[in-house]
Amino acid sequence: MSKLKQTQDYEKTASFKFFRWISGEKDPYIGTIEMQEQSEHQVEDDTITERMWEKQMIIDEIYDVDHNRILTKFHKLYKIAAVLFCVALTFFLLLTVSYLPRTGNAANPDNNEVAQRYIESGLQETGAVNIVSGMILTYRAFDTFGETNALFIATVCVMILLMVDEKTLEERSEARLNSGRIKDDIILQMTAKFLVPFILIFGIYVILNGQNSPGGGFSGGAILGAGLILYANAFGIKPTQRFFNEKVYRIAKVSALCMYGCIGLYYYTMGANHLADHIPNGIPGHILSGGIILPIDICVGLEVACTMYAFYALFKRGGL
Amino acid sequence: MGANLLCNYGESVAMLLFGIGFGNLLLQSNLIKKIIGLNIMDTAIYLFLAEKGYISGRVAPIITDGVQDVNKYINPIPSGLVLTGIVVSVSVTALMLSLSIRLYRRYHTLNLDKVAMILKKEDK
Repeated sequence: MSKLKQTQDYEKTASFKFFRWISGEKDPYIGTIEMQEQSEHQVEDDTITERMWEKQMIIDEIYDVDHNRILTKFHKLYKIAAVLFCVALTFFLLLTVSYLPRTGNAANPDNNEVAQRYIESGLQETGAVNIVSGMILTYRAFDTFGETNALFIATVCVMILLMVDEKTLEERSEARLNSGRIKDDIILQMTAKFLVPFILIFGIYVILNGQNSPGGGFSGGAILGAGLILYANAFGIKPTQRFFNEKVYRIAKVSALCMYGCIGLYYYTMGANHLADHIPNGIPGHILSGGIILPIDICVGLEVACTMYAFYALFKRGGL
Repeated sequence: MGANLLCNYGESVAMLLFGIGFGNLLLQSNLIKKIIGLNIMDTAIYLFLAEKGYISGRVAPIITDGVQDVNKYINPIPSGLVLTGIVVSVSVTALMLSLSIRLYRRYHTLNLDKVAMILKKEDK
């Protein structure tokens, strides 16, 4: 008796399905989830009754927007009401501002002991010279994690809305190639060739120096994304896909988010203050300082760069 | 009216901007212009938060020369909040723009009134 399972039995097991899903032979979503293509709005041929009905509606001035007295009146009233509401809102907001304490006064109630604590002991506790960086990535790391998740969810939503399958993608790129637009603009390409390395290096510099100078993961990631977008604009999507395709995008984005989650989880389960023993704070002002700020900055930077480029690519052609 | 309207000119401008953005949101019927209005409102909030954190005569909260005196730096908390706001605003704007693209593909117009008209005709 062989201990091997029969093929039919094996095909029912979860591991078979799992490995088939991993190797990409079968997508469990295809066929099981309702996937409908968005249909264009089409004007149907009206039947005689419908046409009669429509004519009646035009006579009744329901469809004839330009000459419908009730609708015109409503639009006018709406505009007046909207302007009045805006003016009233601005007035009350200005009234509130006029009772707020003076700007720039150190004795204002919002400059309280929280800010004092961040400034006075932030350097010792987080190792960050840039107090804002130290504050949002250590004391408020969980808050920033939520922010990064918001970015992630936004990209997922944009992907759901705009991503198209590969066949349509190829058709579209062919149509764009044949549309007679200027290809291979020499000025743009030379400028991009010269600028893109510097932009990318500057982005990495801003990310790595987040704890020492203005900047950090968000701004550095935006700079990196801008460099990628410039490159894709100058040389087209094909050369960009050599180093930044969908696979790289997925790995970078998900691993950055997971790593941030793990660091944050560790930080909070260890009681926040003990982490300094494991990751030394280093000498303030050096690149390798600031404890967990540097790894978190790198994660956030990757996440933001991927998001920026993905927004561009999805809006332009519906795929990465 | 309180006494500080003109002293808090930055905050007043922020509130005016907020009103302008809200007016755009209500009065424009083009979806892209509505989104621009929402972005103006976002910007007003950043300005307001930046004004709240400012303390005159003090410098940005980056420790220089090892001085850790409260009396040298501005309040760092609103700066962190502005960062959060910018990120959320980018996400929301991208989401709204992609939804408008889908709407345009279906109805070939960005004018909300026309879309409502087509919907009305579809319903009957």
